[in-house]
Amino acid sequence: MRYMIINKADAESEAGVMASQQVIEGVGKVIDDLSKAGVLLFAEGVHRSSLGARVKVAGGKRTVTDGPFAETKELIGGVLVVDVRSRDEALEWAARLAEALDDEVEVRRVVEEADFAPDADIFKN
Amino acid sequence: MTVTDTHGAIDAVWRIESARIIAGVARIVRDVGLAEELAQDALVAALEQWPDSGVPNNPGAWLMAIAKRRAIDLIRRKETYQRKLAEMGHELEIDGDSVEDDVEAILEDTIEDDLLRLVFTACHPVLTTDARVSLTLRLLGGLKTDEIARAFLAPEATIAQRIVRAKRNLAKAGVEFEVPTGDELIDRLSSVLEVIYLIYNEGYSATAGDDWMRPALCNEALRLGRLLAELMPAEPEVHGLLALMEIQASRANARVGPNGEPVLLLDQDRRRWDRLLIRRGLESIDRAWAIEGSSPGPYLLQAAIAACHARAAEADDTDWARIAGLYAVLAQVVPSPVVELNRAVAISMAFGPERGLVAVDALSDEPSLKDYHLLPSVRGDLLFKLGRLDEARTEFERAAGLTRNERERVLLLDRAAAC
Repeated sequence: MRYMIINKADAESEAGVMASQQVIEGVGKVIDDLSKAGVLLFAEGVHRSSLGARVKVAGGKRTVTDGPFAETKELIGGVLVVDVRSRDEALEWAARLAEALDDEVEVRRVVEEADFAPDADIFKN
Repeated sequence: MTVTDTHGAIDAVWRIESARIIAGVARIVRDVGLAEELAQDALVAALEQWPDSGVPNNPGAWLMAIAKRRAIDLIRRKETYQRKLAEMGHELEIDGDSVEDDVEAILEDTIEDDLLRLVFTACHPVLTTDARVSLTLRLLGGLKTDEIARAFLAPEATIAQRIVRAKRNLAKAGVEFEVPTGDELIDRLSSVLEVIYLIYNEGYSATAGDDWMRPALCNEALRLGRLLAELMPAEPEVHGLLALMEIQASRANARVGPNGEPVLLLDQDRRRWDRLLIRRGLESIDRAWAIEGSSPGPYLLQAAIAACHARAAEADDTDWARIAGLYAVLAQVVPSPVVELNRAVAISMAFGPERGLVAVDALSDEPSLKDYHLLPSVRGDLLFKLGRLDEARTEFERAAGLTRNERERVLLLDRAAAC
């Protein structure tokens, strides 16, 4: 099963300041360990929101709002996708990433095609 | 955290760390069977302590420390400590804690080498193929005996016995806990790759209704392949095998129809292919080609063929000329009439049925293909495309008489009737 581990933006990342050497090394170590465990499928970080935008289409009308966006804690800073054998395993890796970042990370289960199978029970309907 | 939560967390830590712990301890005790027992002891200690104390901040290091301490105690008791340390190639003082600290430092530096040693030991040729597969899943995948049993549709006692015997045979044969070098490395590496691909194919052959541990074997094999690619980045075939598995796995959802029937590659809905796995597979191929000074091996060539399909957005976009060329090289590396037959198919797709037929007919006297249903089946298809219907019908009927698969037989008779 796949999980997405999402880390959040913070004031520094939103200011466009590169993470400290300690954080870079710590996260690098976790990524390295994930690779060596064979569970890492994908890892990307994103730049500050001022380089991005929000795009909305309502009633056929397109609105583009340029960043930055205020609510820093709700912005993502990066995403990992891991292929693991259990939710507990995803949580263990998430804990290691959270420790390296000294911050909270979010763990979400990735939707997979098998989840749509007739005998799958993950959707509520 | 409840006790159940803690057990789940311990289970997860064990899955992540067990191979490293076993490998690290095996370096001290020079016996993978014993190393696994000591690692298990550490796991038992965790199960006893963590529900009360909570999961420690660095659970892997905690388990490793316990297991290593037990290993060192054991060696001290055996009074061969001095000799073992000498084997580690370091002069150490034997005065209490400093020894453990030094040992710790050595182990930390060499843990990846130790993991590689564990890979080569578990896949050692003194063991039967079955034993290699079970031991690899157990020691490197962190699978429990009952999980391996379920995956291989075997009784748990059989697998347990197989693992015990394998460990005993390794000890009896005096197999060194080492990575082979020189010419031996090539042979031994192919055993390792074979074991991983066997695990993959066992999972790939799972059908609907099977225990979920069976298809999960594909993921176990992929993880092992990714681990090996990290440990041996200079070996093109390691990347080749990984690429082959990633690309095959990318089609997992598309290769089965709604009633569990197999869907042939060219008929698959390519939108259901997993782009992430394809991307990873293509990257592994690039990595393998970038390694200079070696000619491509069978896994890399097969992966390169799979990649031709993966790159084509539609079946019609497939670069068949390249596939035919890759099969020609593959046939040189591993001469096989089946590969030749695949090459003939690729030729017909690239350059037309006439040229394909010439290539197929070159195989008509091949003794190993005498009872191989795909030969008349392919020949029938080419004759059909050329409008030589009577001959095509005869070939399809012949193929139907040779296949052992009922569904395929019906399909072939349908084609014969349509001629």
